[in-house]
Amino acid sequence: MTAVADARRDTAPMSKEEKARLSEGKRAERRLGWLLCAPAAIVMVAVTAYPILYSVWLSLQRFDLKFPDEREFVGLTNYITVLSNDYWWTAFGVTMLITVVSVAIELVLGMGLAVVMHRTLVGRGLVRTSALIPYGIVTVVAAFSWRYAWTPGTGYLANLFTDGAPLTERASSLAIIILAEIWKTTPFMALLLLAGLALVPDDLLKAASMDGASAWQRFTKVTLPVMKPAILVALLFRTLDAFRVFDNIYVLTAGANETSSVSMLAYNNLLRGLNLGIGSTMSVLIFITVAIMAFIFVKLFGTAAPGSRDDGRR
Amino acid sequence: MVTHTGTWVRAAAAAVALLLLGPMTACGSDDSGVPTINFYYAQEQNLQKVVDDCNAEAAGKYRISYQVLPRGADDQRVQMVRRLAAEDSGMDVLGLDITWTQEFASADWVLEWTGANKAEAEQGTLAGPLESAEYDGKLYAAPKNTNVQLLWYRTDLVQQPPTTWDQMIQQALDLKQQGKPYQIITMGAQYEGLVVLYNTLVASAGGQILNEDGTKAVFDEGAVRGLEILQKFASAGVTHPSFTNTIEDDARLQFQNGEGAFELNWPFVYPAMQEGAPDLAAKVRWARYPGVDSGTPSKVTIGGYNLAVSKYSKHPDLAFEAALCLRNAEHQKFSAINDGVPPTIESVYFDPEMTKAYPMKDEILAELRDAANRPLTPAYQNVSTVMSATLSPPASIDPEKTAKELRGSIQDALESKGVLP
Repeated sequence: MTAVADARRDTAPMSKEEKARLSEGKRAERRLGWLLCAPAAIVMVAVTAYPILYSVWLSLQRFDLKFPDEREFVGLTNYITVLSNDYWWTAFGVTMLITVVSVAIELVLGMGLAVVMHRTLVGRGLVRTSALIPYGIVTVVAAFSWRYAWTPGTGYLANLFTDGAPLTERASSLAIIILAEIWKTTPFMALLLLAGLALVPDDLLKAASMDGASAWQRFTKVTLPVMKPAILVALLFRTLDAFRVFDNIYVLTAGANETSSVSMLAYNNLLRGLNLGIGSTMSVLIFITVAIMAFIFVKLFGTAAPGSRDDGRR
Repeated sequence: MVTHTGTWVRAAAAAVALLLLGPMTACGSDDSGVPTINFYYAQEQNLQKVVDDCNAEAAGKYRISYQVLPRGADDQRVQMVRRLAAEDSGMDVLGLDITWTQEFASADWVLEWTGANKAEAEQGTLAGPLESAEYDGKLYAAPKNTNVQLLWYRTDLVQQPPTTWDQMIQQALDLKQQGKPYQIITMGAQYEGLVVLYNTLVASAGGQILNEDGTKAVFDEGAVRGLEILQKFASAGVTHPSFTNTIEDDARLQFQNGEGAFELNWPFVYPAMQEGAPDLAAKVRWARYPGVDSGTPSKVTIGGYNLAVSKYSKHPDLAFEAALCLRNAEHQKFSAINDGVPPTIESVYFDPEMTKAYPMKDEILAELRDAANRPLTPAYQNVSTVMSATLSPPASIDPEKTAKELRGSIQDALESKGVLP
């Protein structure tokens, strides 16, 4: 409870008095900052705001490339269609399941990996590089390897647990998708957490151990609290990323046996169904979901940008 | 050392730039001034020979360039659709699966065939394939090849091939009782193959899935009858254990392994069997696909490819000419013999050279003269996706209830209201 309250105070904007106290030089510096940011901001608006607004506009129309003559404005009808559809909610549930399970496991494994990378004395570079290899492999390529590995006849993993084909059943397919996600992005998680570990001052750990804290106590009472901002950023990044899961599913099951994610569903309706109205509606809904998640992380958990001070200011 | 690295970086950058620009320059028109007709078609082993032939005949009027599309049908369609939606002028002649023709026509992506071109495309072409190339009473493509499934059976187990599904199921049950191989092997996975099976049942029962102009989902009595037979077949204990997961090649292998007494599949299985299991092939014969009512022959669903001309083609007149050359009688015969794709021009079947390559040509032709198309609607992709999802697994079909469910979801698909899974 106090943690949440603290976070609220931390991210609260500056009061008017504080602003007035800014010196002339500080203000000029700030103006320069805005000017330097402007080009990047304008480019961002051009390449993200325009497509987002365009898809919102598309989502309010009956617009099917197959029937170009029947294009018309239909208001929120597409939203009603999608939100009252079973396929959508099944895919939503599947996506949530994949997100929660994979991010949770990644956090634990990533933390372990980060500690190992942090502590390694010999061949530190080698350890870090080899740990990062899965993240360096193109997802689609890795997904194909997984698919062949789990296909009876060609794969060495297929008949490990059952005689059947694991990718033709729902539960095992989902487990394999989650496994592939974890294998792929644990190194990324570890990398983000490693940055957090580097923030923990050695003195603090030494002092704690002087006071008689065990290794586990030092980890949970010192390391984790100090690392909290880094952990939250890592979780935020991975959650948003995991929610948009597409390539692993596309290659592994193509959405068969109700393993479609919301992104798969949007792709199917847009590119296979050529239904720009329904497909854009799904894209907008995904966007809204991701925005809500980011909001929850930032406002409720107080996630801040990496490198910012505790009080949220630079 | 520093300058050395600099040189390397610059050289690498230049190489990358060349790689990026390479394809662009290749897309430009030929230096010789001969217009290039880009022909997008699925992989077909000996099609390049046909293309070379047409280029020789054109004698410098145009030059066809065969661009191979991806292997999967979905990938082929997605590539063409994406480029047509962007009004890409780099595609001239398009190889369309017969079920995409109405969609491309309705989206206004392909040109109508008129005048002499139309007359030539229709000349001697079988009615079923020709119907698949029409939309709204106009012709939008020229049928290149067709395809149709046959009943394959083991002569050592079956004396008289069944003419109806009831007979076939009964024969299989009798064989089962005698402890002999008895299975009826065909495609039952949740995909297009299941829709083809169901469509054949409906057409053979004289039913309809959509109304005449493809705007309403009707699912009449015949369609319900089709559901009944499909359900009965799937739950009678005569299918292969992995029926609900079987696609074309799986079915071929199951039968080739000697597991079945009957197989319903495309003609490609026969040459494959002669090569992979010659002993078995010697015992295998073929017959017309079984019907629903005795006395009424089956109406079998056709497959195949049509050739259409892109609306964004820079040389539409030459593209029509090239398409006609690629699918003329002589080239259809060549493709039939060398690539195993059944012709759409009837007279080709009577060519003496066909007899050796196509021992089953009489049965194929008989089925083709009386063929059924899958529902002809621009929304076929959606209709088919919804159907295969609802029909799978076939054993759990509840005819009246499933028909009602399909009527609703397919009507939605026709009105762009449906959500694809």
